Amino acid sequence: MPVRDGGSGGGHGDGRHGDGDGGDALVVLRDVDKHFGALHVLRSINLTVGRGEVVVVIGPSGGGKSTLCRAINRLETIDSGEIFIDGRPLPAEGRELAALRADVGMVFQSFNLFAHKTVLENVTLGQVKVRKKDKKTADGRARQLLDRVGVASQADKYPAQLSGGQQQRVAIARALAMDPKVMLFDEPTSALDPEMINEVLEVMQQLARDGMTMVVVTHEMGFARSAANRVVFMADGRIVEQTTPDQFFSNPSSDRAKDFLSKILHH
Amino acid sequence: MFDFLEGYDLLGAFWVTVQLTVISAIGSLIWGTLLAAMRVSPVPLMRGFGTAYVNVVRNIPLTVIIVFTSLGLFQTLGVSMGAKDFTTINFRLAVLGLIAYTAAFVCEAVRSGINTVPVGQVEAARAIGLDFPQVLRLIVLPQAFRSVVGPLANVLIALTKNTTVAAAIGVGEAALLMREMIENEAQLILISVIFAVGFICLTLPTGLLLGRLSKKVAVKR
Ligand SMILES: Nc1ncnc2c1ncn2[C@@H]1O[C@H](COP(=O)(O)OP(=O)(O)O)[C@@H](O)[C@H]1O
Ligand SMILES: [Mg+2]
Repeated sequence: MPVRDGGSGGGHGDGRHGDGDGGDALVVLRDVDKHFGALHVLRSINLTVGRGEVVVVIGPSGGGKSTLCRAINRLETIDSGEIFIDGRPLPAEGRELAALRADVGMVFQSFNLFAHKTVLENVTLGQVKVRKKDKKTADGRARQLLDRVGVASQADKYPAQLSGGQQQRVAIARALAMDPKVMLFDEPTSALDPEMINEVLEVMQQLARDGMTMVVVTHEMGFARSAANRVVFMADGRIVEQTTPDQFFSNPSSDRAKDFLSKILHH
Repeated sequence: MFDFLEGYDLLGAFWVTVQLTVISAIGSLIWGTLLAAMRVSPVPLMRGFGTAYVNVVRNIPLTVIIVFTSLGLFQTLGVSMGAKDFTTINFRLAVLGLIAYTAAFVCEAVRSGINTVPVGQVEAARAIGLDFPQVLRLIVLPQAFRSVVGPLANVLIALTKNTTVAAAIGVGEAALLMREMIENEAQLILISVIFAVGFICLTLPTGLLLGRLSKKVAVKR
């Protein structure tokens, strides 16, 4: 698969923000609203992510980026609106919801590897308990994924024995082991020491090249420019603008985005 | 000096204490864990039951519970726990009472352990598609237990001593024998010391063993 050309109109990402059900839309949010008490965190969000598309979500802290991510696999409920994954509405509860979550990989800022399980067990658990694979098949797949993210030699250690960068790469392998249709990343490099950020970004970049559908909350502009088809700028619970990475970073249209960029660029 | 011990089945009585303790411990660990699961479950009815159970049972003296199993369950309602002779019936009723009572404390210990598990662990588990029972069984409870081995050791030690209440309904464990010996023999202090040492022999290893286990299984974060 060719490297995405972030500068030429966002590949196949554009022109599909419309009604969402048609074409090859994988994730569709329609008029999604969410409050935390009096706080209106998501304000009529409409967003469509096409199959194979990489969308970077960027914006000031508290703008609702995490809530948006978490709503997509229903770790957070929504007040109104609809969310579709691969054409099916998000189930409310129970077994169906669990099944859907298995199709949506999630990578957290704080890694959240299962602390009482080894690296290998972290990556096999879902395969065995959710995908019902036998132990041997799951082990093989886990080792292959750990190799892919460059931590194969750590398979028998516990998460606490690994560096942050290694833990996050294991977390990516754990999510990939479910063969998800889409991967959500919520500030995957924000908790990392600077020297470990690149090892994680490289894994994500490779994933993007391999055609994975990704929604990535990040402030890493290098990643956005090289891997994203589209940048979604969120502030105060709204999608303020969405455009190609080049367009966004060099010539944002909203004042809110200009203001935000001037702050993150000047430090 | 120990002539007065003749004719008393000291080991036999302590053996009953051990049996009461071990069976009740297993039962209350299971029942207490189920109660803790109820208390954190998403079903309001289960949460309500768990909370009510703990708050009621924890606040009733054990003696009252044990006596109730005999007077209420057996003599009034005719619950004989599948046994025919009184010794077995009373033993089983005592175990039932001890489990019912101790489970409330196990539940609270396990629940405090559940509270030490970071919410991110649960979210990661849900995110890979585990359902609620799986999240609890595979992720939350294993980590919770590791953090409460110490508190659970205290519950087990208390249970060992609480088995003496079974004497109230005539179960022939250590305390019943002690009462009998005190009535019939003159060496009161010596008798007390013997039984005290007996109980320490039972509880001290529990504490030491579980203390060591607690360090060994602690979850590193
Ligand atoms: N569980 C919660 N309860 C109450 N308020 C919350 C909760 N989670 C997030 N918030 C609030 O919602 C707003 C959006 O949060 P978040 O989605 O985390 O933003 P971002 O990821 O863009 O920083 C913030 O003001 C935050 O304080
Ligand atoms: Mg956030």
